Amino acid sequence: MADAVAAEQSAHSIPALLARNVKRFGGLPAYREKEFGIWQSWTWTETAEEIRAMALGFLSLGVERGDYIAIIGRNRPAHYWAMVAAQMCGAIPVPLYQDAVAEEMAYVLENCGARFVICGDQEQVDKVVEVEDRIHHIQHVMYTDKRGMRKYDHARMNALEDVQSEGRAGHYRYEEELNARIAELTYDSTCVMLYTSGTTGKPKGVVLSNRNIIETAKNSVTFDRLTHNEEVLAYLPMAWVGDFIFSIGQAMWAGFTVNCPESPATMMTDLREIGPSYFFAPPRVFEGQLTNVMIRMEDAGPFKKKLFDHYMRVARKVGPDILDGKPVSLGDRLSYLLGDFFVYGPLKNTLGFSNIRVGYTAGEAIGPEIFDFYRSLGINLKQLYGQTEASVFITQQPDGQVRSDTVGVPSPGVEVKIAENGEVFYRSPGTFVEYFKNPESTASTKDAEGWVATGDAGFFEEGTGHLRIIDRAKDVGKMADGRLFAPKYVENKLKFYPNILEAVVFGAGRDRCTAFINIDLTAVGNWAERNNIAYASYQELAGHPRVYAMIKSHIDEVNESVAQDPMLSGCQVHRFLILHKELDADDGEMTRTRKVRRNIVESKYADLIAALYDGRDSVYTETEVTYEDGRKGKITATLTLADATVTPEQRMAAE
Amino acid sequence: MTDMSQGYVTADGRKIGGVLMEMKNITLKFGGVTAIQDISFDIRDGEIRAIIGPNGAGKSSMLNVISGFYVPTEGEVWFKGYKRGPMRPYQVAQLGIARTFQNIALFDGMSVLDNIMTGRLTLMKSGLLSQAMWWGAASKEEDEHREKVEKIIDFLEIQNIRKTPVGRLPYGLKKRVELARALAAEPKILLLDEPMAGMNVEEKEDMCRFILDVNDEFGTTIALIEHDMGVVMDLSDRVVVMDYGKKIGDGTPDEVRNSQEVIDAYLGVAHD
Repeated sequence: MADAVAAEQSAHSIPALLARNVKRFGGLPAYREKEFGIWQSWTWTETAEEIRAMALGFLSLGVERGDYIAIIGRNRPAHYWAMVAAQMCGAIPVPLYQDAVAEEMAYVLENCGARFVICGDQEQVDKVVEVEDRIHHIQHVMYTDKRGMRKYDHARMNALEDVQSEGRAGHYRYEEELNARIAELTYDSTCVMLYTSGTTGKPKGVVLSNRNIIETAKNSVTFDRLTHNEEVLAYLPMAWVGDFIFSIGQAMWAGFTVNCPESPATMMTDLREIGPSYFFAPPRVFEGQLTNVMIRMEDAGPFKKKLFDHYMRVARKVGPDILDGKPVSLGDRLSYLLGDFFVYGPLKNTLGFSNIRVGYTAGEAIGPEIFDFYRSLGINLKQLYGQTEASVFITQQPDGQVRSDTVGVPSPGVEVKIAENGEVFYRSPGTFVEYFKNPESTASTKDAEGWVATGDAGFFEEGTGHLRIIDRAKDVGKMADGRLFAPKYVENKLKFYPNILEAVVFGAGRDRCTAFINIDLTAVGNWAERNNIAYASYQELAGHPRVYAMIKSHIDEVNESVAQDPMLSGCQVHRFLILHKELDADDGEMTRTRKVRRNIVESKYADLIAALYDGRDSVYTETEVTYEDGRKGKITATLTLADATVTPEQRMAAE
Repeated sequence: MTDMSQGYVTADGRKIGGVLMEMKNITLKFGGVTAIQDISFDIRDGEIRAIIGPNGAGKSSMLNVISGFYVPTEGEVWFKGYKRGPMRPYQVAQLGIARTFQNIALFDGMSVLDNIMTGRLTLMKSGLLSQAMWWGAASKEEDEHREKVEKIIDFLEIQNIRKTPVGRLPYGLKKRVELARALAAEPKILLLDEPMAGMNVEEKEDMCRFILDVNDEFGTTIALIEHDMGVVMDLSDRVVVMDYGKKIGDGTPDEVRNSQEVIDAYLGVAHD
């Protein structure tokens, strides 16, 4: 036992944790990937061998201490291994968003000064080759998928597999050097550098140390009692801090299995096959799944539909209470049990949630209905609040204290305080070291005592001690007459309607609020089919008078509910339009994590906003769009502007 | 024209081998209608050869002659140095010739996987009975074939529809499944009848990439008919141009593009 304790204490880097896991869990699966229709699996021992071979290969290519190695690709074991192999060599892995266009990629590659780049496939290699002339420090490109790569000039290019073989062949030469470099790693060495998607301005490199990652992993694993038996599905972008924490940090600390889907398109099938016990998804994924279930239930036979409706009513009534361990009458318990047999069980199985013990959602507010739907099925879905700079965790919801409108209590080891203007500050062992090559930003975000500004406005709820987030602090503004303007608050309410994919509300410094709406093509398209509404394109559907009428009814309801809150009643939407295109990250209108970039939308569609305020009924507009391959095109449209019904504000009755 | 007796090297550096298939003075008549009139050309090992021409030029008939479905009224077809006689369809498949169809010809009720597996039928050795019993050698054989098929599924990026019945797929994907089935037969020469017909720009780009990748990765010789001129000119190494059953041009895309006869056939000429 003394050995184990010593190993625990010396586990001050990811490679050290890997060595510990080999000793502890050697023969248990560490990574799985579905390929050629079969789940391929690697045990901890095999994984360690693969990573070591890769690290030796890196040394043979001349990777130096302090080098930056960029990794661009989808979630595959080889890419996770490459990150750990880079750490072994004393280099710093920098995962990038694989759907970034060449331009964005060039900025990050330039900024971190990467000498080595690992690409998932030909598509990514092409992007790197495209920007290579401008970025002179790239020395070697490695790729995982060999397909289509035969014709490339291989003078400074290699398949990652071949680099591994080279490492294996040269292990006598490089072994000593590699061992020395692994031994040099300390708790304060850089573990990873992640670029924030940046709702404003250029992305910034967030430097996270081994201490940040390992301490955070340790605390969060204990919080949810995760063990080496958990199964997770790694499908979120590797460049996102959450994926790094779940698939590397927590996986290495707890020793659980990371499963990689076959391709992004098979994610849902793979999810079902794996049945993860610990799952993370942004609200968007849960919304999408719920929309699909509901659409399919519409097509079910009358008997099944009736059964589903009946037991969902039961679930909504008692499901969450049963999950939270609150007292529920015996009759209700029995009928929930029957429901589990007939409806919830099969449904969870279809969704791939049969084995879920802990599920998290974060990033955006989740609709109370969606949240309750999953919880009523008995899925322990919780919310957390975090950011890259905190190594994810700031607050999270403990089991049994879960609600859709809070983000929970401070995570273990995290201190949270609210500044006078309502901004949330935190301090924790996971707090980032610095922004790469950007001391000014570091200083303006993190003060001398280690408190970090989140940029979000929020408050602690009286009594429960749960944190509630209202909006981005800088987005919270004043309207012309001095009333509070919190766009996100209204947008979230709007987005809870399945027909509304995205909403952007304007009104800072104005006398009333207006909104842009993006319809959800799946939901509205289905509705159109049912109502015999013919349409040829997204644009046509978006502009259909009956779609307008439907969206108007949603907005009217939201206005009614906003009017209930005396503080925010000024935020009711007076006029709106439905955009002729989806807001898209390729056009810079959203971040890669799909958050709206308000200021860019505001300047790009200035003509539309002006029209919303000058009382016109329709407006002609031209919009530049960027295709996936970087080409640009133009779409034109004449958009209808519509009025919404505003509910009279509830004045203080005592006046 | 380029001298090609010993093969040649393409602009992007691929080595093209000797003659794989040769059409000698092919004429094809249906009763009084002459579909093909005295056409000769060759297809070389490893090249992408296109047959183009306006509607009714006789392209599909030519492809059917190549595949052995039609026996030419006059003329000879030489394949791998042997003169080819009339053949049954299974003999064609055994020779290493596979094709896709202009109007998709898949089994709608079967899954994508099963459809592709049918492409390997000619390569299976176990008999009907042992396959039905699915025991020992037969089951082992199926595993081997399944592995090959999975490689093709991976190659054409259709993992997500592996278990989907073909009838439920959109048109562009059906075309891809058809290509997969043809590839499953591990053909020496692949005949594609209008692989991009009815596709949108994105689907066309995908298909182009797959055709190039097939040629590059497996070294498969490809003969294709296509209407989209941009596609033909970008994809193919050499092009045969037909008009009213006659050959009016043969050469690299550039040579063909600049031929007056070809331009006249496509744009039409004033008749005095």
